[in-house]
Amino acid sequence: MTTTGLQPPPAATDRAALTVRGLRKQYAGRSVLDGVDLEVRAGECFALLGPNGAGKTTAIEVLEGVRSRDAGEVTVLGEDPATAGRAWRARIGVVSQGEAAGPALTVQETLDHFAAYHATPRSTADLLDAVGLADSSGTRVARLSGGQRRRLAVALGVQGRPELVFLDEPTTGMDPVARRQFWQLIRELRAAGTTVLLTTHYLDEAAELADRVGVIAAGRLVEVAPPDELGAALRRQATVRWLDDGAWREVRTEQPAAVLRDLLAEHPHGEVPGLAVTRPGLEDVYLQLVGAGAPEVDA
Amino acid sequence: MSRPAPPSAARIALARVRLELRLFARERQLVVFSFAYPVVMMVVFGSVLGGTTTPGGIPFPAYFLAGIAATGIMLTSFQALAASIAVERETGQLERLQLLGAPPVAYFAGKAGQVLVTTAAQLLVLLPVARYGYDVPMPPDLAHWVTFAWVAVLGALAGTVLGIAASALRGSAASVTTGVSAIAIVLQFFSGVFFAFPELPGWMQQAAALFPLKWLTQGMRSVFLPERAAAFEVAGGWEHGRTALVLLAWVLIGLALCSRTFRWRR
Ligand SMILES: Nc1ncnc2c1ncn2[C@@H]1O[C@H](COP(=O)(O)OP(=O)(O)OP(=O)(O)O)[C@@H](O)[C@H]1O
Ligand SMILES: [Mg+2]
Repeated sequence: MTTTGLQPPPAATDRAALTVRGLRKQYAGRSVLDGVDLEVRAGECFALLGPNGAGKTTAIEVLEGVRSRDAGEVTVLGEDPATAGRAWRARIGVVSQGEAAGPALTVQETLDHFAAYHATPRSTADLLDAVGLADSSGTRVARLSGGQRRRLAVALGVQGRPELVFLDEPTTGMDPVARRQFWQLIRELRAAGTTVLLTTHYLDEAAELADRVGVIAAGRLVEVAPPDELGAALRRQATVRWLDDGAWREVRTEQPAAVLRDLLAEHPHGEVPGLAVTRPGLEDVYLQLVGAGAPEVDA
Repeated sequence: MSRPAPPSAARIALARVRLELRLFARERQLVVFSFAYPVVMMVVFGSVLGGTTTPGGIPFPAYFLAGIAATGIMLTSFQALAASIAVERETGQLERLQLLGAPPVAYFAGKAGQVLVTTAAQLLVLLPVARYGYDVPMPPDLAHWVTFAWVAVLGALAGTVLGIAASALRGSAASVTTGVSAIAIVLQFFSGVFFAFPELPGWMQQAAALFPLKWLTQGMRSVFLPERAAAFEVAGGWEHGRTALVLLAWVLIGLALCSRTFRWRR
């Protein structure tokens, strides 16, 4: 985990920004969300992880009030998204995958146009700076690269000074510089008290930004925890590996020190060839949680 | 935390009209097509049939001008909107408006504003070509111009709401565009755009009378043809009252259709 935060993340409050109880959603009889429970506190940054097709986008769209649900109680900023009105919509921001307002507009024109939908929009110059598009402000959207379009989408999502921002795979297609710029933007939003709910396939991004991550698999939230505590039981398992007469040996244990003591006792004089003790990283834990963990076999 | 109320639908509608006009102006093919198509039709028909007359000794170019003006209005409203909205839906532009909480009526108003401006511009290009190229007399007095204005506006509005409704047809944006063009071509033949309407078979006339294009074309004839031509209409007169009623009815039917079928998403 890298830590590039310039300021400590502000503490989340006790108030709930959104609560979900028993959310169910089927498409044509096939269950996609099968009883999801979730609470995100005001000021918190929550990352939703899960394999392709797990239902992350579906869940976010239900929370945004643009997709119907089959069952469950959902409250977002105090209202049910299925029935909330314009005043509620003005309080949420969405970084959507859709096109802006036509590829023939320039970046600047696009931002200027969408300012008309908000009561107190952030200035276009400020947004251009925040997402690093100042140099491309006169470029037509049609000529932007994929990553630049994502930046524009991010700028549009936060233009109305939302209290709660939904970001569905915001950094897909961004280069590493743009991603870091984006992370900085999220930190600034959080410093201003904004609640953030994002999905991502980049585990380092979740670790970097999120107070808590939730893993969706098979229609349920299988675990919710701070990124470095995710899969605590799995993480206690360390793996000790070494070469024994040219063959790899491996022991998985919660007491690696004991294993090492025995091992060193067997080799009182020489080195233990290839010796390594590893603990599972976020990615290993994630893979096990979603049931895709490669079984660790002796190589 | 209290926030100021979001901008009114009227303010958003105004921003949308500006946006739609800017986007239209940048879509070079659409601009050329919208403005050149009626002029090219006028030139082709005028050159081929310029010397012939319709029943009652009316020079054909005047008859065409009415039909081409009506077709042009259908093109810039009905056809252009159905196609562009289907694309906007497919590319997620409408989804963004939904997420922003934009009132649908503001979106519709933006389209209507753009259609009215582009239709006016299109007619402004077409009329001088007819007048100076093919000696078609322009409306002789204010009353005729007023008729021209209400016929054009009602026709454009009917085309706008029906275009919005048609954009909700099933299928991809490309198939919506094809389907709408097919409807438009059949309607043109049925409605007496290319032929003298009274000479069409009776069943065709009756079918056409159900749709707005026939009335739009007839209204345009009442503007560009001399009074004596009225006697050769199927009903023996211009039927202004009925024209206004049918066009207005289609505006209302279109409004009902698009408010029921309009979808932000596919
Ligand atoms: N409109 C729809 N109609 C039918 N099935 C759908 C619809 N939208 C999504 N699905 C299905 O629901 C499942 C969940 O989709 P969803 O887009 O929510 O997944 P996701 O977690 O966002 O995946 P990804 O990581 O690929 O974005 C998928 O199997 C998808 O095919
Ligand atoms: Mg998704």
